Amino acid sequence: MPPSPAIDLEAIEYAWQRGRPVLDVPRFTVAAGERLFLTGPSGSGKSTLLGLIGGVLAPGRGRVSILGTDLAALGGARRDAFRAAHVGFIFQMFNLLPYLSVLENVVLPARFSRERRERAGEPRREATRLLAALGLDDAELLGRGVTELSIGQQQRVAAARALLGRPALIVADEPTSSLDWATRQSFLTLLMQECRAAGSTLLFVSHDLTLGAQFDRTVALADLNRAAGP
Amino acid sequence: MSALPLLALRSVWNRRGTAALTVFSIAVSVALLLGVLHLREDARRSFANTVSGTDLVVGARSSPLSLLLYAVFHVGEATQSVSYASYEKVARHPDVAWAVPVALGDSHRGFRVLGTEASYFEHWRYGRGRALAFDAGAPFVDLYDAVLGAEVAARLGYHLGDRIVIAHGLGEVSFAEHADKPFRVAGILARTGTPVDRAVHVSLEGLAAMHLDWQSGAQAPPGERVSAEAARAADLRPQRITAFMVGMRSKSTVLVMQRALNEYRGEALTAIIPGVALTQLWELVGVAETALLVVAACVVVAGLLGMLTAILTSLNERRREMAILRSVGARPLDVFALLLLEAALLAAAGAVAGVGLMYAALAGSAPLLARRFGVVLEIGALTPYDAALLAGVVVASLVIGAVPALNAYRRSLADGLTIRL
Repeated sequence: MPPSPAIDLEAIEYAWQRGRPVLDVPRFTVAAGERLFLTGPSGSGKSTLLGLIGGVLAPGRGRVSILGTDLAALGGARRDAFRAAHVGFIFQMFNLLPYLSVLENVVLPARFSRERRERAGEPRREATRLLAALGLDDAELLGRGVTELSIGQQQRVAAARALLGRPALIVADEPTSSLDWATRQSFLTLLMQECRAAGSTLLFVSHDLTLGAQFDRTVALADLNRAAGP
Repeated sequence: MSALPLLALRSVWNRRGTAALTVFSIAVSVALLLGVLHLREDARRSFANTVSGTDLVVGARSSPLSLLLYAVFHVGEATQSVSYASYEKVARHPDVAWAVPVALGDSHRGFRVLGTEASYFEHWRYGRGRALAFDAGAPFVDLYDAVLGAEVAARLGYHLGDRIVIAHGLGEVSFAEHADKPFRVAGILARTGTPVDRAVHVSLEGLAAMHLDWQSGAQAPPGERVSAEAARAADLRPQRITAFMVGMRSKSTVLVMQRALNEYRGEALTAIIPGVALTQLWELVGVAETALLVVAACVVVAGLLGMLTAILTSLNERRREMAILRSVGARPLDVFALLLLEAALLAAAGAVAGVGLMYAALAGSAPLLARRFGVVLEIGALTPYDAALLAGVVVASLVIGAVPALNAYRRSLADGLTIRL
């Protein structure tokens, strides 16, 4: 029996305003361990789709199954717990808490999820290892405030936080859009390596089509979403 | 440390400028509330401790409160005096166990001078019947002997044998001094925490000697003055006194004696029972106290509303922070609890700072209160009632903090992982 897909969306519809759906997706699946590149212009519903996958939003109709779990069957609190345990997020920018140090930002998911904490073993040690693997191996850096870091370094910290405790699914929402070419390439390579090492599925969202070649598969949201009008 | 307390601490520290202002406003309001309560309790205790074992205080016809204040607490001035003959007549009454006269009106460097008899040190009681004790020396014997209260000796650095000059009148600075008749410090009383500590005690004869050559508030011309030594030979029997204290042989005769004195035909007298007069005083000031407490409580509410404003105005700029927290597994309830914790932290810090501020204010104002109003503050530990009030402030902050917390909770539900404007 083949393994359950990491993401399986079926007959999904979501509307912020009644009668005006922004998402109407008949089917969208991402296999476990797959690295998928999802592209689409601004306002095409990418963030809404991520909200549904993260279980923060509930669809008006349809089924959202993540790692074989039907999110609709879970209550709000259990959906939050499921997300904390199994999904790591990386956002475009400003996605670190400015009042926490580098290390504290990385271990944050372990504070909210026992499963992530247990999988990480020693969260602080694992955070240090992940940061080093992502090129932040300066011990002095760990105690610093994140606002003292460059944008590229901040994104690596965000990636380390998403990877802590080996979540089965990593969702990256335009994480490279504010990086220069060299930093972007370096970041992407390191992220791919770590996802592979952790066995995580990667859903990478960006409107930069040049990145698509580095992924297993590229999907345009416009091809999936019947609500995306011309 | 679990996630929320750490996040709340760091988040508040991150906005420490605004947080400090919020804490300060809560601290000031808490200090005001506790200060009013402590001041009230200390004033009551201080007044109640001042006199003990005295059944009646007798003075010239005046209001009972006025008599109590000037005769016992040395606050204000008597407008009329009592003849020494009336005092002697009462003192000889078979039902009277003891009577002690007091004469006020002069001062020494801001401290009241109290003319009395040596028996004052034997009969005067304070607190729960505690007798006066001497730290050094003994009651006055010589005409120009003085016994200092503990505060007078400590503040002015006097020791036994020192010479002091008494000033005419009650002003802190006087240009009319009895410099020709200095007194010798013969005794220093142990501290009592009552107005006795701030009095200079001399004999009634000593007072009379000082005023031998004084008329209408001024000393006689140089040729008509009486030297200190010559005064010893003069008739120094007291003529007028300010008031006198009476101890009865039996408590059952107190009311009878009070009525008799109030109806005394020799001159117009007022006799009061100290405890009863104090009760009247508390009734009189009770309304003002309540009004002050209500105002203080309103200031606390205003301080907490200031906190509410500070948190509410920061919410919009913190929506991304909430979205980040949601992405790492925080539930909307965690967001709610985080905001509530922050409110509690601010209020608790404000309450602690308020207690410190209150103690600092009480310590700072204690000498002034003692000197001006005769209220001796005993700056003690917080009472269980204080602790309950402080807990109440924190609980109120939780109630008020629930408003922005609920707001953040709703927004985090609506925003999810991105911010929808």
